[in-house]
Amino acid sequence: MMFVPGNNPGMMADAHIYGPDSIMLDLEDSVTMAEKDAARLLVHNALKTIDFGNTEMVVRINPLNTPYGKKDVEAVVKAGVDVIRMPKTETADEVRELEAEILKVETEIGRVGETQIMAAIESALGVVNAYAIAIASKRMMGIALGAEDYSANLKTNRTPGGAELLLAREQIVVAARAAGIACFDTVYSNLDDMETFKKEVELIKTLGFDGKSIINPRQIEVVNQVFTPSEKEITKARAVVAAIKEAQAKGSGVIAVNGKMVDRPVVIRAERTIALAIAAGVIDKEEML
Amino acid sequence: MRNTKLVSLEEAIRRSGLQDGMTISFHHHFRGGDKVVNMVVDKLADMGFKDLKLAASSLSDIHAPLIEHIKNGVITGISTSGLRGALADAISHGLMKEPVVFRSHGGRGSAIANGELKIDVAFLGASSSDELGNACGYSRSENAKSICGSLGYALPDARYARHVVVITDDLVDYPNMPMSIHAADVESVVVVDSVGDSSKIAAGAIRDSKNPRDILLAKQAAKVIINSGLFVDGFSIQTGTGGASLAAVKYIREEMINRGIKASFALGGITAHMVKLHEEGLIGKLIDVQSFDKVAAESIKNDPSHQEVSAVEYASGQHLGSATHALDIVILSALEVDTDFNVNVLVGSDGIIRGAIGGHQDTAADAALSIIVCPLLRGRIPCVVPKVTTLITPGSSVDVVVTEYGIAVNPGRPEIKQRLKAVGLNVVDIKSLADKATSIIGTPDPLPFGDKVVGVVMNRDGSVLDKIMNIQA
Repeated sequence: MMFVPGNNPGMMADAHIYGPDSIMLDLEDSVTMAEKDAARLLVHNALKTIDFGNTEMVVRINPLNTPYGKKDVEAVVKAGVDVIRMPKTETADEVRELEAEILKVETEIGRVGETQIMAAIESALGVVNAYAIAIASKRMMGIALGAEDYSANLKTNRTPGGAELLLAREQIVVAARAAGIACFDTVYSNLDDMETFKKEVELIKTLGFDGKSIINPRQIEVVNQVFTPSEKEITKARAVVAAIKEAQAKGSGVIAVNGKMVDRPVVIRAERTIALAIAAGVIDKEEML
Repeated sequence: MRNTKLVSLEEAIRRSGLQDGMTISFHHHFRGGDKVVNMVVDKLADMGFKDLKLAASSLSDIHAPLIEHIKNGVITGISTSGLRGALADAISHGLMKEPVVFRSHGGRGSAIANGELKIDVAFLGASSSDELGNACGYSRSENAKSICGSLGYALPDARYARHVVVITDDLVDYPNMPMSIHAADVESVVVVDSVGDSSKIAAGAIRDSKNPRDILLAKQAAKVIINSGLFVDGFSIQTGTGGASLAAVKYIREEMINRGIKASFALGGITAHMVKLHEEGLIGKLIDVQSFDKVAAESIKNDPSHQEVSAVEYASGQHLGSATHALDIVILSALEVDTDFNVNVLVGSDGIIRGAIGGHQDTAADAALSIIVCPLLRGRIPCVVPKVTTLITPGSSVDVVVTEYGIAVNPGRPEIKQRLKAVGLNVVDIKSLADKATSIIGTPDPLPFGDKVVGVVMNRDGSVLDKIMNIQA
């Protein structure tokens, strides 16, 4: 998910050519107070006029308790955004409040239920309430960690190893999995240190995250490298998937690969590997049908 | 030394027999740091010359003082590869009575060699020279001031001009060997304080582009090359100096190492990137008509397999054995490409001259695979258009156009198209790229051209390709 300032038309027009899975146009922290209205108008028109291809479009709105939040919701829902990212989410009630706002606008334009919600968790309270937030609405598609505000709230600093974020990251992954939605890690802002960035991406993949937030197209390649399954992993996963098909064809409940019984978790992991490989474009979807 | 050719600039001009109406020539190896053109033309103006024809291998921003000399009738004709800055702007608006003649580097070499472009007196800046005129674009002395590397564009002038004046800021002991310009071709040697501002002649350190669009274009161009069918052991390559071109070299290098492939030679403007690959053993020879940075200039001085060539040997379409004839792959840039694959590298979308033909026509025509790397949009300016503002390189010479929105392949190269599609590259119709540009930024208003011809674009074979009209805005 690539963050793009909502007040920069050039960057917005270009963002999708680098192939991020999703683009988050930002109306919140990257836009100064003086530019809030102009950026909202710009983002509205960008969503309506630019052909972003298959890229999932997310807009980070201002909090609903600011003078801008509700206007942001109206502008982006009317423009047909896929997902609204709610910043600094701390409670399930806040999600429900946003849901009500979205519904109001959707009803007005006759497009009910299309807009999804992603909640950014950026405080200790938010982390504590992560699961409640994750299940607060059927529109919830994911939760994401916002590490800058979170570490400030913890009264600590961000470190290259990310020890200060460990609990929050694990809590968010667990909450997302329990709720059956996606989870996304925070941004890494030092563009000149691709090594540390790569380590961080490897860490969050191991923790179970579905993806990483990025601030520059140059980071896409690293994320894709880490998240794209290796050839070996794909071969293994293909064997498992083939075995499942074979077992189904035979009507057998027992799945075996190379003579070994395969447990249910192995099957689930193999299916996820194949899904990631398809998402990364290394194998063809048609081929797996 | 009994027979010195050392004289003052004024004396050299007097000895040359230069008269009003004659043609003087210059090279552009000192690029934006050049002091020779302005110095010599100022002197010619002081001496009262009028109606001179200036035949430069190229002209740039630094040559804005020529505007006054044109107004005063000292210079009445120009031929060049390119024009930039205030001079280009003034000429685009109709400064000169005679149109400027634009030739490619190979085209200029041919025109000089076959007598179409007759040079009376060549004033050739050199980084070092001895008293007899053995001169180089580098220096082995400790006083080296203005290093440019290859003097390739000056060599046809040195060989064919009726009279040759070498101008240097580093007079070295005889014999200055090996030499680029030979004493036998030189009539006078002039020593001056400085022939160029070294900081503007050549960039120092290699700096990789961090522009994500350049990186994207570079990766796509590298993928085109790698999958073109020509990326085999012994291939040859030429790239430009743009961010995307240089970045592409990086990705090609990685794949050469992966596959254990080596290139036989790299051609053209040689950069530090190419020198690095050569020193790593990935490129056998460097054929250098112009050294783009200090690393390349040092390399040509010290490395026997880094060979200087003249513009004729580099890219003449009329001489068997020019290096472009042996070239497999070239990466080129463009200001505009049109839906017939025609390319413009000379006239901006505002109708003002702001570029140079360089070796574009030559390499595109001769290379087995010519790849144009060009963003679809530069800000609000479309770069893939229905028709180029000015035709510089005919579409029949262009094989592949790489943009950030997709790769277009000339219908004349179905095998390339098929190879690129087979590896999943985003191959699109060039018309869809032009449509995409229009859909994003709309259709620009037509340019307010007048009815005066300010430039004539020559093809490398000496025929006229296009004309440039004056711009009225």
